[in-house]
Amino acid sequence: MIKVSNIVKTYNKGSVQAVNDISFEVKRGELFGLIGPDGAGKSSIFRILTTLLLADSGTATVNGFDVVNQFQSIRNCIGYMPGRFSLYQDLTIEENLEFFATVFDTTIEENYDLIRDIYVQIEPFKDRRAGKLSGGMKQKLALCCALIHKPEVLFLDEPTTGVDVVSRREFWEMLKKLKQQGLTIVVSTPYMDEASLCDRIALMQGGHILSIDTPQNIIASYQKTLYAVAAPNMYKVLTAMRSYEQTESCFAFGDCLHLTLKGDSTIDDVSKYITALNFTDVQIQEIVPDIEDCFIKLLKEN
Amino acid sequence: MEAVIKTEHLTKKFGTFVACSDLTFEVQKGEIFGFLGANGAGKTTAMRMLCGLSLPSSGQATIAGFDVYKQTEQIKKNIGYMSQKFSLYEDLTVAENIRFYAGIYGLSIRDIKDKTAELLDKLGMQAEAKKLVGQLPLGWKQKLAFSVSLAHSPKIVFLDEPTGGVDPVTRRQFWDLIYYAADAGVTVFVTTHYMDEAEYCNRVSIMVDGVIEALDSPKNLKQQYEAKTMEDVFYKLARKAKRAEI
Repeated sequence: MIKVSNIVKTYNKGSVQAVNDISFEVKRGELFGLIGPDGAGKSSIFRILTTLLLADSGTATVNGFDVVNQFQSIRNCIGYMPGRFSLYQDLTIEENLEFFATVFDTTIEENYDLIRDIYVQIEPFKDRRAGKLSGGMKQKLALCCALIHKPEVLFLDEPTTGVDVVSRREFWEMLKKLKQQGLTIVVSTPYMDEASLCDRIALMQGGHILSIDTPQNIIASYQKTLYAVAAPNMYKVLTAMRSYEQTESCFAFGDCLHLTLKGDSTIDDVSKYITALNFTDVQIQEIVPDIEDCFIKLLKEN
Repeated sequence: MEAVIKTEHLTKKFGTFVACSDLTFEVQKGEIFGFLGANGAGKTTAMRMLCGLSLPSSGQATIAGFDVYKQTEQIKKNIGYMSQKFSLYEDLTVAENIRFYAGIYGLSIRDIKDKTAELLDKLGMQAEAKKLVGQLPLGWKQKLAFSVSLAHSPKIVFLDEPTGGVDPVTRRQFWDLIYYAADAGVTVFVTTHYMDEAEYCNRVSIMVDGVIEALDSPKNLKQQYEAKTMEDVFYKLARKAKRAEI
């Protein structure tokens, strides 16, 4: 469905390398995630694939169409939700939706099925201007507008950034339903916990792809044994573990520390070290890493 | 224990809309206090009152011992503030930003010089002193912004989503700075959408529809709500919100 080959994009006369020789493919019907912090190159890739930005070099196709020569065909078959809210603030919910339907030569009624589940949640406020909506409602309206011409591919650039946990979960539920209707979805996010909700992901940093695979395979390729350390005074234990010579890496992770050890050191060695420092009530156990652990490890290796 | 933030029945209304209702809580010296809530729960309004930027409709509050009605200027001198959205001037250099902020807070030229050297040293950014802030990676900017917000040695620092969009390694380095500051006695009042960061706080409050629904240590909250993580605690409380969509 999407094929990206050796795309390079620089800004400021080449001084800023936003996308650095990136290649990947997205299959039809797949929910594909670009995961990475600000500055990873996610938005540049979105803008190149949605034909809003020209790459310096490399090629890309969407639904078989070239992003440079056949941009018109691409624009007809994709929906794009940019990172910044970009609907008309002084039009109402209904007017915005109608506008986007008209631009694509269709009507709200014709494709209502696709947006119904989302639209019913904002329909009670359809006469309210978009500029007066809450973040969660803006997000739903933007998604409706991106869907109203029944696109085959949906590009969502950081749809959940700055959104609270409840709205984030709702949003991913909506994506799951859209995927079931056969849509190909490319979504970007800085939240590592959302990665596991994608079919495949590309972990990105500084214009590079660090790893690309299913979340399960990325986790399976984590070579080290990972331990979780829990203690009453986490910060003191963290400081102590960082100065332990057998520590390879140790960082805070929610309510515990995540720890990897050098060579063939074991939990017993750690326990001895910790006990010698008079820490009590410290619990250490082996755990399965998650995507954030993998990302941190990849960042350190690069 | 010394309470540096103290509120009683603090309320803010906009016309008939009650943005914050009856907030009563204390934050102790050197505490890392997580201030959580769904979008629209009233966090920003509450923070503006605590920073002396917005007068309450009713109730009482003192910040670093100063009254939020009558002593807003003293409050501003005794607090630091940083947010993801507004932090530093992109077209000033690192050193110029430090000089600017420290100067605004009335530090002497000699103190500014010492402070600049100290900050650059602590952040390992000596080589970047003459670089424009706009050219720094986001993570560095955020760490610098945090350090600058502490340049005038405030008693309390307010951090409004300080780590948004930052990579996981830098996010943790940022929290090292928070721990370091708290250890030195600075009170840290922080909002975040990353629920793992809620776990790093000494105590956490969760606002729902203008009211503080829960306030305790992450450990106690998880026990009370029979949840495995703070994300689950938050979800259980915040999904009851009715006005999130207004």
